[in-house]
Amino acid sequence: MMKINKLYVALLLLAIVAPFFLYPVFLAKLLCFALFACAFNLMLGYVGLLSFGHAAFLGTGGYVTGWLMMNSGLTPELAILLGTVAAGALGAIYGKLSVKREGIYFAMVTLALSQLVFFVYLQAPFTGGEDGMQGVSRGHLFGVIDLADNINMYYFVLAIFLFGFWLIHRTIHSPFGQVLKAIRENEPRATSLGYNVNDYKWVAFTLSAALAGLAGSTKTLVFQLASLTDVHWHMSGEVVLMTLVGGVGTILGPVVGAGVIVTMQNYLSGGELGNYVHIIMGFIFVLCVLAFRSGIVGEFQKMWKRNFG
Amino acid sequence: MSADYVLETRNLIKEFKGFTAVDDVNLQVTRGHIHALIGPNGAGKTTVFNLLTKFLTPTSGQILFNDRDITAMKPAAIARAGVVRSFQISAVFPHLSVLENVRIALQRKEGNSFHFWRSQSVLNSLNDRAFELLESVGLGAFADAQTVDLSYGRKRALEIATTLALEPDLMLLDEPTQGMGHEDVGLVADLIKKVSAGRTILMVEHNLHVVSKLADRITVLQRGAILTEGDYATVSADPRVREAYMGTAASEEQDRANAAAAEAKDETVSKEGAEV
Ligand SMILES: Nc1ncnc2c1ncn2[C@@H]1O[C@H](COP(=O)(O)OP(=O)(O)OP(=O)(O)O)[C@@H](O)[C@H]1O
Ligand SMILES: [Mg+2]
Repeated sequence: MMKINKLYVALLLLAIVAPFFLYPVFLAKLLCFALFACAFNLMLGYVGLLSFGHAAFLGTGGYVTGWLMMNSGLTPELAILLGTVAAGALGAIYGKLSVKREGIYFAMVTLALSQLVFFVYLQAPFTGGEDGMQGVSRGHLFGVIDLADNINMYYFVLAIFLFGFWLIHRTIHSPFGQVLKAIRENEPRATSLGYNVNDYKWVAFTLSAALAGLAGSTKTLVFQLASLTDVHWHMSGEVVLMTLVGGVGTILGPVVGAGVIVTMQNYLSGGELGNYVHIIMGFIFVLCVLAFRSGIVGEFQKMWKRNFG
Repeated sequence: MSADYVLETRNLIKEFKGFTAVDDVNLQVTRGHIHALIGPNGAGKTTVFNLLTKFLTPTSGQILFNDRDITAMKPAAIARAGVVRSFQISAVFPHLSVLENVRIALQRKEGNSFHFWRSQSVLNSLNDRAFELLESVGLGAFADAQTVDLSYGRKRALEIATTLALEPDLMLLDEPTQGMGHEDVGLVADLIKKVSAGRTILMVEHNLHVVSKLADRITVLQRGAILTEGDYATVSADPRVREAYMGTAASEEQDRANAAAAEAKDETVSKEGAEV
């Protein structure tokens, strides 16, 4: 336990000094995707359901926040809050329709529903269609702190990430999290102990959707842009990849996975290998599924246990 | 009129695509009894359990629990009403600790099971009660062990402790001694006897020695229908029951194995204390 706490403190210090060495917008992007992957992992890693439609929530958060920043005069924290609520509400509806399904059927239902969302945003006038919603202003946090400043923006994103990460960590280690764990371990037994398992899955799904929305809302502010990329099924696939690479069902795995994938995309897309990004991603995907099932963090934990445990 | 029955089924039928797995079963379980449901493989015993707990929906018929019609209720609601089942394959939460397994059952009534914003340390107030329950099935020493590491017999004992945590009116046990060595069989049988005080148990059991030792009443199921009912002496004397059991070579063999196990058990009573 102490070791874990020390690790968290070290990572936090790293996150605090990082913008003085690396481009803050890039770091903020990293944190947004890390939060997105953590939210997704709450479903895959801790409920055991693979959602293939989480882009719908990322995108919804983004569009709602973007629209509010452009049209409502709300301060950014409120625009983000409402974007998160909107994604959570969509998640609550989608959750009702999907959590009864299992395995591949759950993945298919979530995919189908997210495609529905994609086409709505493609056609709806307020999203800007193919062009996206551009020139979203970052505004002043609480009406005071100017977020146009990248360093300010970064620390705001860091605070949001820490809140989201804490909430997920707490959820996993809560009375609710215990029930989730029991359901994942033996669902019929949980039912026979009187738990309406679908209600628990639904709450987890709604929470996961809201946090994915929080990531999307924040991301829109960082890039001052909300676009169809965020609701495309590619994005739903990417978050699966991030989580697998980092380690499904480990609390830090998605953070590491998001870090690896986003960094790679950034470097590759600029360089000569730009055209091969998808092939390389596909290769990593295959490698993870075949050889490193537990992901980077999972494999590391195993090694740690073998050598020091 | 039937206040003595904890559970009753009326004309219970379950069909799978034209095949009748449970055929017009009228079962009556008297309060306070250990009631055994026996029958050859595939007779429909597990299917009856699945119907009683609504893991399967009856094709037709009625289920009454304490004179209340529960036929339309959902599985989790039936459990909350007081009918708690175990499964033919041991049903534990393997990667929770032994104590946590029991605590999950205690937790529901606390009303905090949806509280995702609170620390799980609030559950520690249940530890004492969970530990008591573990003690009552002889698992006190294993409270902190990972459940996956327990022996098969201990897992079944843990299952019983977890079920007891819900203080059910009616416990449904599906072959609690299946796949056990004879020492574990004896221990689990004793445990069932012990926990039956003050409650009603309906159990599926292949081991006739255990049935003879425990059951107040026996219902014999064959091809989905009730063949006969009564106490052990009545049922075991019935030639149709013998025939049903001797019907296939496999079950004959099993019978012999059970008998052998039963005999062996009596010889090794002294060793048993050390095993669990
Ligand atoms: N879900 C199902 N779909 C179709 N057939 C089923 C289903 N469940 C059970 N059956 C069939 O119903 C019959 C009764 O099965 P059941 O499992 O209730 O028997 P059982 O008495 O518990 O047997 P055993 O002693 O082997 O546990 C079997 O022929 C089985 O194949
Ligand atoms: Mg069976």
